[in-house]
Amino acid sequence: MSGVLKNALNWVDDRFPLSKVWNEHLAEYYAPKNFNWMYYFGSLAILVLINQIITGIFLTIHYKPDAQLAFDSVEYIMRDVDWGWLIRYMHSTGASAFFIVVYLHMFRGLVYGSFKKPRELVWTFGMIIYVALMAEAFMGYLLPWGQMSYWGAQVIVSLFGAIPYVGEDLALWLRGDYVISDATLNRFFAFHVIAIPLVLVILVFMHIVALHAVGSNNPEGIEIKKHKDENGVPLDGIPFHPYYSVKDLVGVAVFLFIFALIIFYMPEMGGYFLEHANFVPADPLKTPDHIAPVWYFTPFYAILRAVPDKFLGVVAMGGAIFVLFLLPWLDRGINKSIRYRGPIFKAAIIAFVISFIGLGYFGMQPVTTVGTIFSRLFSIIYFAFFLLMPFYSKIGEAKNVPERVESK
Amino acid sequence: MKKLIIILLVLCSSSAIAAGGGIPLQSATIDLGNKASLQRGAKYFVNYCLSCHSAKQLRYSRMGEDLAISPELVELNLMFTGEKIFDGMTIAMRAKDAEKWFGVNPPDLSLTARSRGADWLYTYLKSFYIDESRPFGVNNALFPSVGMPHVLADLQGLQRAVYKDVESDDGTVRTVIDKLVIAEPGRMNEKEFDAAMNDLVNFMTYMGEPAKMERERLGGKVLFFIFIMLIIFYFLKKEYWKDIH
Repeated sequence: MSGVLKNALNWVDDRFPLSKVWNEHLAEYYAPKNFNWMYYFGSLAILVLINQIITGIFLTIHYKPDAQLAFDSVEYIMRDVDWGWLIRYMHSTGASAFFIVVYLHMFRGLVYGSFKKPRELVWTFGMIIYVALMAEAFMGYLLPWGQMSYWGAQVIVSLFGAIPYVGEDLALWLRGDYVISDATLNRFFAFHVIAIPLVLVILVFMHIVALHAVGSNNPEGIEIKKHKDENGVPLDGIPFHPYYSVKDLVGVAVFLFIFALIIFYMPEMGGYFLEHANFVPADPLKTPDHIAPVWYFTPFYAILRAVPDKFLGVVAMGGAIFVLFLLPWLDRGINKSIRYRGPIFKAAIIAFVISFIGLGYFGMQPVTTVGTIFSRLFSIIYFAFFLLMPFYSKIGEAKNVPERVESK
Repeated sequence: MKKLIIILLVLCSSSAIAAGGGIPLQSATIDLGNKASLQRGAKYFVNYCLSCHSAKQLRYSRMGEDLAISPELVELNLMFTGEKIFDGMTIAMRAKDAEKWFGVNPPDLSLTARSRGADWLYTYLKSFYIDESRPFGVNNALFPSVGMPHVLADLQGLQRAVYKDVESDDGTVRTVIDKLVIAEPGRMNEKEFDAAMNDLVNFMTYMGEPAKMERERLGGKVLFFIFIMLIIFYFLKKEYWKDIH
């Protein structure tokens, strides 16, 4: 480094811990050397978050949060604003991409036991991020003010009305009106563009701070901090920068390729990323034949519909999300990674994944007898997976977990 | 990952657009590169649709640019009601009058190709048939009891419905429309009319998303750039990682 730059850095370091932060979180943050492709999704989630914030700012410049103007202002962005269509598709595709990336990130944590001691808080912060993300997506979906925006919000907010005693007042308080209206659009806009993004950024910060305090897990589920050299550097660890920063670039390029493919050639994704009915302006007097939330909410929507009673359905839907928070304390297994877990645990994971995808599918479909039967079956498996975990998670675990990460 | 892609593809192949009426959809050929087809479609649209339906999101000037029609020709041939060329395609009919005359206010068609789909529009436009019980003497097989008259009757002529009985699983017999046949010929034969409706639907697809032309042109270049980036990153990673065992 040249003298001037070095002096400048020293000047800053005397006043702000720039080198210290850089070293602690990048250049001297030691990550296990055996990360596989499933470890791309954390950095990709940050990439999508940045994409959503930047494209969101540009959309906010042209969008009008007014029930009379909102729909047309979105079309104005799509037609008259230079590159507006690209910004809008990056944002709308980014919303679905966020959930795809986050679901895979959570699945990675699930199969490699990344939620287990000492990473319980990493998981907890991650779960709060997930809930905040759902709120963010739900409120954002109202803003285009199409038929599905309107009626989707109507259905979801009315669910709060099912809560005994306070429900109706709570729903009224959330909407700011007796139905979804201009008042609702304005407050959802406020939450979508500032309140929740702010919370999200703070939570992401805490998620990473917590992770870097305990260190990253890996596909073997081995604690690399158990074996350190004389300088205190884990023997199976490598500095995050440059090793994982360059490796993650490969993941970024693959992600961007798929992302661009969708943006440029199938931005509606056959009606799953942008629903067809949302190209019709919101009409409070005309209920669509079939109201379905966007795909990333449908597993929970299917659980809601699987329960015959409305209030109990809401409880089940909330419980389905809440039970995820308890995962670190439900799993009693000793080994972390799926590679060294018992056959029952492996089978349970497969049953859970099938149920989750199955629920997602039936949550998109209109109610049918067969759909309801399957939704109920999958809901039972979903809850059984978690609630029975304390009993089955320990059975048949491997005894010979390696001490060190094997070289490839 | 592979599994996920397969699942996504399977989900997307089953169209999420509800068909509405009981008849199967016929497929339109959408080609936004076919300027001649889009220009003919624009002609049908302004002549047959734009008196009752607006398309307020599309500006005449934008249409001229995208369809390679000069502003002079747009004003001469495609604008009838004294708007400025930068205006959207609005109509003079007031919503209140429309409701009195048709029972409903004809919807703005700017985005109908996106909400209904091209195949739905194509089938709808071809599915009017004589039904004396309706106010305008016609009904639609795809959209039963629709308030719209058959404005394309002078081109297509009038169709008559041929019915058939179908027995459902529980043994009840229902009479449904089997097919529509021409009862009074119009100015076009069936093939010509199909081609005209295809042009119209092609234009409406363009109208729903004018940016589609640009994004599909640009997409290849962006993907190529990202692919090159991927190759560079891949070898960069390999170079950095060669000492890690």
